[in-house]
Amino acid sequence: MKVLVAVKRVIDANVKVRVKTDGSGVETANVKMAMNPFCEIAVEEAVRMKEAGVATEIVAVSCGGASCAETLRTALAMGADRGIHVQTDLALQPLGVAKLLKAVIEKEQPKLVITGKQAIDDDSNQTGQMVAGLLGWAQGTFASKLTVEGEQLRAKREVDGGLETVLLKLPAVVTTDLRLNEPRYASLPNIMKAKKKPIEALTPDALGVDPTPRLTVLKVIEPPKRKSGTKVKTVAELVEKLRNEAKVI
Amino acid sequence: MKFGLTTEQQLLVEAIRGFVETELMPYEEEVERTDKVRPELIAQIKERAIRAGFYAANMPEELGGGGLDHVSLTLMERELGRTSFALHYVVARPSNILRACKGDQIERYLLPAIRGERVECLAMTEPGAGSDLRSMKTRAVRQGDQYVINGTKHFISYADVADFIVLFAASGEESTAKGSRKMITSFLVDKGIPGLEVRMGPKSVSHRGYHHCELVFADCRLPASQILGEEHRGFDVANTWLGATRLTVATQCVGRAQRALEMATKWAATRQQFGQTIGKFQGTSFKLADMATEIAAAELLVLNAAWKTDQGTAMDQDYAMAKLYATEMLARVTDNAVQIFGGMGLMAEVGVERLWRDARVERIWDGTSEIQRHIISRALLRPQED
Ligand SMILES: Cc1cc2nc3c(=O)[nH]c(=O)nc-3n(C[C@H](O)[C@H](O)[C@H](O)COP(=O)(O)OP(=O)(O)OC[C@H]3O[C@@H](n4cnc5c(N)ncnc54)[C@H](O)[C@@H]3O)c2cc1C
Repeated sequence: MKVLVAVKRVIDANVKVRVKTDGSGVETANVKMAMNPFCEIAVEEAVRMKEAGVATEIVAVSCGGASCAETLRTALAMGADRGIHVQTDLALQPLGVAKLLKAVIEKEQPKLVITGKQAIDDDSNQTGQMVAGLLGWAQGTFASKLTVEGEQLRAKREVDGGLETVLLKLPAVVTTDLRLNEPRYASLPNIMKAKKKPIEALTPDALGVDPTPRLTVLKVIEPPKRKSGTKVKTVAELVEKLRNEAKVI
Repeated sequence: MKFGLTTEQQLLVEAIRGFVETELMPYEEEVERTDKVRPELIAQIKERAIRAGFYAANMPEELGGGGLDHVSLTLMERELGRTSFALHYVVARPSNILRACKGDQIERYLLPAIRGERVECLAMTEPGAGSDLRSMKTRAVRQGDQYVINGTKHFISYADVADFIVLFAASGEESTAKGSRKMITSFLVDKGIPGLEVRMGPKSVSHRGYHHCELVFADCRLPASQILGEEHRGFDVANTWLGATRLTVATQCVGRAQRALEMATKWAATRQQFGQTIGKFQGTSFKLADMATEIAAAELLVLNAAWKTDQGTAMDQDYAMAKLYATEMLARVTDNAVQIFGGMGLMAEVGVERLWRDARVERIWDGTSEIQRHIISRALLRPQED
């Protein structure tokens, strides 16, 4: 079974993100970048499937500027077999990425596509669903456990009320939740091998896709600073404040 | 002149950092508190390090090692330096001196060390011979095809858990233009052989969980086949293989200093006094600026020496400068970190006091700061002297 994983390059989770002074976006110059943590989970899951003999080949795909190749190398060092880099300097949005991925998927014909449930930069939580929609494939979002059963995939999903198990017909699209697995650190032999693994460069044009953004960002502002709390002396005072000030009871 | 890292080097740094954060750092507090690394923990770390290919990363690939070049190795050591010495020591980088093994020594010592089956330690220092190693009193007297060893070594790191010892002993005297001097031979000694006693050494202020020992040799007999390198040429073996050890100390200091700076910066950005964060006071913020600048300078010295090693152009003074500057930088940086934390900086729970304590030994072992200055100054003056 061929598995395709989508990986996005984002600002490193440990970096304190700053809004640009002109409000046009967030500061990305001289900021440490890394693979989106949910995408790491996607790669890890695919590698585990390969180790278990379920997956035969893992193709990692990333869409974006030149530096996305570094993110692909990370995926290759974790155990992906080859990479595809769809090169564009456009500020991609979920629908554009989904269209690009659809074109790559039609070319590659994987049985399973794994993406992160969201990227920690724009938190859209849309791409996986859009890919499934555009392809007309089954989808299992927010997966915290995956088991391949012949031509089907059993996915445990983290939903508001608890856990839901769905049975998907393959081919399918899955998006990863935090508890699906703990991604590995790359091993030295795999790091050395990563250099020799191929990364194919494609363009939106070659794929016949126009990923031009359809939405315009008007302004980016920082969230308001949290005000410090107050201490109450008695339960009665707390109830009074909740009722009359916060108006929540 | 290129300062960038290759893709593999970037990936290596990320991977080692991940390894340190998941496999080593969670046990730092335990090691500090108990002053030991549990045998099960040693086994676990070792197994995972071997699986990840980080064990013996300094050894050539054809011998089963990681085959890293010196720049990559220096980056790896920097990342390991961020955590407790006792913990990262388990991710062994066997002493390069084992590369001098010949014949069946290779199968008995070198390869098992690379595979993680045997661990070595290195015994040079004696109570009466520290900086002045050649004055060592431990003697190796030849009797037929055997050597009889008598004498005492001390400060021998890791001898409590090691399986064998690379021993240096005086094997004779030679006359030189400057008078007579001792000739030194290096031997491979299995722990547990008759005539060798290993005693725990006194408790040290730096690096809890790791220990050093005293080795007492009393008529300990070794076959001549245990000589590492050539008879009387022990210091040649050491000089050929141990030069870059100073670089290891230096780069670990850079990693530890980076961690101290990160902790101090976070604290300075959040701790409030006089109605504002202490980082807003120049007395604090300029300390941080100086710390960052010194760390960057030390890192450049260290990486430059590593790069020269890969080019085959490194000189003794390159290692000496890197070790001298990085170890003294670490002392200043960790001292400032404690100062920025104020009273909390001295409390074990916070963790900066450990970095500060651990910094102290770095200016002493593998050649004191004074000995490094001696090496650097001799390199300057010798060409000018008659
Ligand atoms: C925790 C620990 C672990 C160690 N592990 C090992 C090990 O595994 N194997 C091993 O063989 N050794 C080991 N050592 C020994 C270490 O390398 C020595 O401590 C070091 O070389 C200094 O020797 P010394 O302690 O005898 O000090 P000394 O040589 O007595 O020096 C005392 C002081 O005099 C100064 N001094 C000496 N000579 C000169 C000079 N010519 N010019 C200017 N100043 C001078 C020194 O710089 C120092 O300040 C370890 C030491 C420690 C503390």
